[in-house]
Amino acid sequence: MNSTNDLPVKSAEETQALVRKSLARRYRAEKRFRAYGAAAVLSGIGFVIFLFGTILSQGASVFRQSYVQLTVTYDAEVIDPSGARNLDELVTADYQALIRAAMRERFPEVEGRPNLRELYGVVSSAASLELQQRVVADPSIIGSRETLWVLADDTVDMLLKDKVRRSAPEDERRLSDQQIGWIDALVADGSLKLRFNAAFLSNGDSRDPEQAGVRGALIGSALTLLITLSLSFPIGVGAAIYLEEFAPRNRITDIIEVNINNLAAVPSIVFGLLGLAMFIALFGLPRSAPLAGGLVLTLLTLPTIIIASRAALKAVPPSIREAALGMGASRLQMVMHHVIPLATPGMLTGAIIGMARALGESAPLLMIGMVAFVVDIPRSFVDPATALPVQVFLWSDLPERGFVERTSGAIIVLLLFLMVMNATAVILRNKFEKRW
Amino acid sequence: MNQTAIIKPVPEGTRTIGDVTVPEPVFSCRDVDVFYGDKHAIKKVNIDIGRKQVLAMIGPSGCGKSTFLRCLNRMNDTIVGARVEGLIELDGQDIHEKRQDVVQLRARVGMVFQKPNPFPKSIYENVAYGPRIHGLAGDRAELDEIVNLSLRRAGLWEEVKDRLNQPGTSLSGGQQQRLCIARAIAVNPEVILMDEPCSALDPIATARIEDLIDELRESYAICIVTHSMQQAARVSQRTAYFHLGDLIEVGETNKIFTNPQAKLTEDYITGRFG
Repeated sequence: MNSTNDLPVKSAEETQALVRKSLARRYRAEKRFRAYGAAAVLSGIGFVIFLFGTILSQGASVFRQSYVQLTVTYDAEVIDPSGARNLDELVTADYQALIRAAMRERFPEVEGRPNLRELYGVVSSAASLELQQRVVADPSIIGSRETLWVLADDTVDMLLKDKVRRSAPEDERRLSDQQIGWIDALVADGSLKLRFNAAFLSNGDSRDPEQAGVRGALIGSALTLLITLSLSFPIGVGAAIYLEEFAPRNRITDIIEVNINNLAAVPSIVFGLLGLAMFIALFGLPRSAPLAGGLVLTLLTLPTIIIASRAALKAVPPSIREAALGMGASRLQMVMHHVIPLATPGMLTGAIIGMARALGESAPLLMIGMVAFVVDIPRSFVDPATALPVQVFLWSDLPERGFVERTSGAIIVLLLFLMVMNATAVILRNKFEKRW
Repeated sequence: MNQTAIIKPVPEGTRTIGDVTVPEPVFSCRDVDVFYGDKHAIKKVNIDIGRKQVLAMIGPSGCGKSTFLRCLNRMNDTIVGARVEGLIELDGQDIHEKRQDVVQLRARVGMVFQKPNPFPKSIYENVAYGPRIHGLAGDRAELDEIVNLSLRRAGLWEEVKDRLNQPGTSLSGGQQQRLCIARAIAVNPEVILMDEPCSALDPIATARIEDLIDELRESYAICIVTHSMQQAARVSQRTAYFHLGDLIEVGETNKIFTNPQAKLTEDYITGRFG
């Protein structure tokens, strides 16, 4: 009586019609979803192109710098009036006078103090340092003549790089019409031109844009990251292995886990304050030093590395663990022989992310004094230093036009540093993956 | 160790039908209970496992046969919240005793898992792993010999002798499972536990493994959990039927399959449920 055939079941045609209707809706939804995704990716690529375009267009010019060719007489009367070749005297001699003499020789028609001062302003004050270094390195050149390229002033550099409007009224420019005339004359006979700017990569910071370089910040960053990597990777991986493989599951480990996750979200400046209070105030480490900076960044990167390493350890299939235990491997043998080799690529990825974050951090370094104006290139972990992102921050704050391109130039160096670091890590990771 | 040790008598009131004891058992289990947290997964199981024979454990899914198997080499220790009670003796020695080292126990009781799980290493390294960690080979030549012998006994040598350095995971499913068996016998265990070793394999690979089990029986005690009653009938000499954590019936395989004593056993093997 109650056969299932009597139940109000839709016919096959009706069902198919409904399926067709819903199919159209499903395909529409899928298309929409794909469009959202494509739009998101495209806008992302757009922003990246814009970012790189801006940085490169502003910063690429930093790798070329204006140099003036001068014929300098190493006048013994000026450099070493006593003739004793005393090193202290050679160092403190008035090399500026030699540059001035060379400029007067090049433009003999210029007369009068104000005009001469404008003429001397074409050459950078760094030019005299160049002469000093040459004389100190080889005092025998005193008395001879030499034609050499010296740095031009940053205002001249900006004019050559078309970053100054010639058409602007004279009192709104930092170069007078007279100076522009001399510059054009120098350019015309080929003794003022843009040459490769080795100084940007070999100098430390300076108040003169034409002398300022990133080497100090680059070495500072490298030393800081060396400390960070050598501490945070072993500690982070060790903590992750212990927590994931050996620690008992109880309230204490739960609390630790929650706190590690929370630490990863703590603003970096807080770590800077902690570092200031702990490493500098309490332990008495030197201020502004890569050692203190590296320790602060270690605190910052530890949670990232621990979380990523734990995820990598968790991802190792349980069947491999069982196989090892079933063979009679001890827990440590299981972890060392099977789990860690399989988790290494993931742990390295965590280290890359952590290191990339550490490289880009400036806020915590400000707190421990790595924002100081440091001219000397750091030679050890306890010398005063700054880091690349802090250098970017410092230069971006300065009014001279020359520092605008240097800011972008430092960003380019920072990005290159990041790429080299990541490429190394990726190569390492692939090597570990291939072994298995 | 001590062959003359007095084996504890089966406690009164056991509900299991059939003879749970065998002469000179390798394993003897008395009143074994397993709990997963609050869940009582194995209830007062009494059973002996004989030497040089295959014991098949059958029963519907979730009846606790795999859980019981994992008690025998203390793999349940690795599961958080699992608790094993009762007495399990290997050669007359309590495996839960303090001086029984779990690593040594697992060297004596090998295990083959449901899904073939070779290490992501070379075929050679897979087999050499056990002898290496237990220090069974004095030098490379001896290790080569063990690997060779184990692969031969697992019937895999002819197929892999030219590619011992290729990853174990590059083999087919059936070959991988035989590799796992070779890996298990490389440490020369007394007992081999097999947890549904053929459930992921096709019939041809299954037949090979079954032949292998039959050969290995001459040297080892084998405990196999299986969902296939035909397999149990083909490879085992004794069969144990589990139902919801209870060991319902134990006996010689042909008796269990031709003349089961318990109603539940009969229903299961005649296909009325399970």
